[in-house]
Amino acid sequence: MKRRNQSNHLLLLGASLLPGMGHILLGKHSRGRPLLAFTLAIILLLYWRWQVFLKVFNTTWFDYWLAAVFLIASLAASVIYSVWDVRRLLTATPKGPQGKSPFQLARRRFTANRMAVTALYVIAVFYILAILAPLLAPYDPAAITDVLSTRYLPPSTEHLFGTDEFGRDLLSRALYGARVSLSVGLLAVLVAISLGTVYGAVAGYFGGFIDSILMRIVDVIISFPTFFLMLMLVGIFEANIVFLVLILGLTSWPGTARFIRGELLSLKQREFTDAARAIGLPNRLIIFRHLIPNAMSPILISAALMIGGMIGAEAGLSFLGIGIRPPTPSWGNMVSAGQDALLVAWWVAFFPGALLALTVLCFNLLADGLRDALDPKSLMRRFV
Amino acid sequence: MSMLLQVENLASAFFLDEGVLKAVDGISFQVNEKETVALVGESGCGKTIVALSLLNLIPSPGRVVGGRIVFNGEDLLQVGAERLRQVRGGGMGMIFQEPGAALNPVFTIGYQIVEVLRLHRGLGKHDAEVEAIRLLGETGIPEPEKRIKAYPFEFSGGMQQRAVIAIAISGRPQLLIADEPTTALDVTVQAEIVDLLCYLQEQYKMAILLITHDMGVVIEMAKRVMVMYTGKLVEVAQTHDLFRDPKHPYTQGLLNSIPRLGEGRKEPLYGIPGAVPDFLSLPSGCTFHPRCSIGDVSCTTEFPSLRDISSNRKCACYKVEGS
Repeated sequence: MKRRNQSNHLLLLGASLLPGMGHILLGKHSRGRPLLAFTLAIILLLYWRWQVFLKVFNTTWFDYWLAAVFLIASLAASVIYSVWDVRRLLTATPKGPQGKSPFQLARRRFTANRMAVTALYVIAVFYILAILAPLLAPYDPAAITDVLSTRYLPPSTEHLFGTDEFGRDLLSRALYGARVSLSVGLLAVLVAISLGTVYGAVAGYFGGFIDSILMRIVDVIISFPTFFLMLMLVGIFEANIVFLVLILGLTSWPGTARFIRGELLSLKQREFTDAARAIGLPNRLIIFRHLIPNAMSPILISAALMIGGMIGAEAGLSFLGIGIRPPTPSWGNMVSAGQDALLVAWWVAFFPGALLALTVLCFNLLADGLRDALDPKSLMRRFV
Repeated sequence: MSMLLQVENLASAFFLDEGVLKAVDGISFQVNEKETVALVGESGCGKTIVALSLLNLIPSPGRVVGGRIVFNGEDLLQVGAERLRQVRGGGMGMIFQEPGAALNPVFTIGYQIVEVLRLHRGLGKHDAEVEAIRLLGETGIPEPEKRIKAYPFEFSGGMQQRAVIAIAISGRPQLLIADEPTTALDVTVQAEIVDLLCYLQEQYKMAILLITHDMGVVIEMAKRVMVMYTGKLVEVAQTHDLFRDPKHPYTQGLLNSIPRLGEGRKEPLYGIPGAVPDFLSLPSGCTFHPRCSIGDVSCTTEFPSLRDISSNRKCACYKVEGS
């Protein structure tokens, strides 16, 4: 019996060398299927784009290098994870009382929300496509060949999204444009959230005079017209991704700062803050190790809500021509380029616009799901 | 017996829009090493503010406005912020009233103990974990090596209080301030916590400043009792003297309001008439006189000073004669 068990284990571990198979054989479909799908997709991609993949070794182009490393790393990671997790499942012994952190409980509530999980998958797929753009793009996004015969070609099997006024392949451009749009949104939110959290936490925790000074500064920044600031700065500096991230991030942190301050004002009234001080913890540790983790749920929710807005804002700036400049594609400037030809070639503006709308929608659905999962009160409201 | 803590003329006030609220108004007392002293009084008479004053933790808009807090020969109101932090948790530990609220909900119990051990005793990560398990076991939590990974909400009230006590003693304090350690617990658990505190006091040679309004806990634990009313001490005595023969009418009232089993079931339970007055408009003179059974006009001009009425005994009342 024991022997059979062991060979069974070996079989399962062997099966999980194809990530996901082990899980599916064990009956863990929810974990196995996405894993298997992901691995198969990577393998198919490698098979299909082997020639492009080999270019890594004779090009110094950073994009290729990043895409290739990501591809190999994620393949390796899924094999390792699969074997490790199947082994863990096989050797798992019934445990005694074990802590489920509030975040583990929230994850369980989150996964029960189909809509939010789907949105998360869509977003994940978009980010993966963006990273792998050099390997996926059927054409060079900037290549202009015979403009007259290739311009404004409607969607076909050759050009899935059609071509634009210079005959460039729109699918390739949309893939490359995703890198700009998605990374600007994510990074700008990271800048805004981290700055706003630290700033608001300091103001809320210390209160009094420090709070007044810090929040008046916030008032000044908020009352400054962001849009004109951007126009002015664009006139001075060249608009590139770093610049857009900084300008979007640095103009939107005051909102975060305000609400984190509010969170901290209420958290510091809780007794565990007194307890932390009574035990002699320095303020720095109380703020960063005790209070901010307690405010993590609203921070995450607002971050998810903000990303959608940021991606929209970047698209808006690029649409107006003060964001990412052509020929570098971004969804915003692709829509902008398409508006002139809307009547003769609807596809030029339609595909990037639809991708943009879908992304923003998914981020908002994700934020909704996060809110329901992290804030038990809002869930209760749904049932009442 | 040497002196561990001497408080002289401590005064703490809250600066409100309506005026200055003197929550602690010039109280003096001392706590000797390894001694348990109880501070009793009705709700809202300033007991907790005394405890918070000792650690200089009064929330804004309040602060300590005067006096001296000499701990181990060092005036805590004069030392810098850095030294004060070492004393908090390292010299004086504090147990809070609501154990559930005093624990940070997003971290495991173990994390919160390890944090103090590393801060005050400079232990490495592994040593701190071993010590945390030992402390949890010592405070009577079963299977501490598993429970260390549990979150506060997975503990019952009694276990939460044990965890809070484990955190409070992890810095090896010489003085443990226990602010109503049993109030939020049910009676059987109360008895266990009292036993635990007595055991730990013996084990770690700590002094305990016990803040409570539960006279049963006082008799069980304290050697001396201080009675507080409207921010002032009104009577200080050895526990057995106080319970045998309370002098101050307020103390008498407090002791008379303890329900006794099998006695006088026919009459309603005694209570001191009236309520603790509003701190912003205290009665003139002895603040207790409107509720006092023996007070008269002579009590309405000035608050009586806390004077010796016999050896080891102090009382602040015009009507009590020294022996």
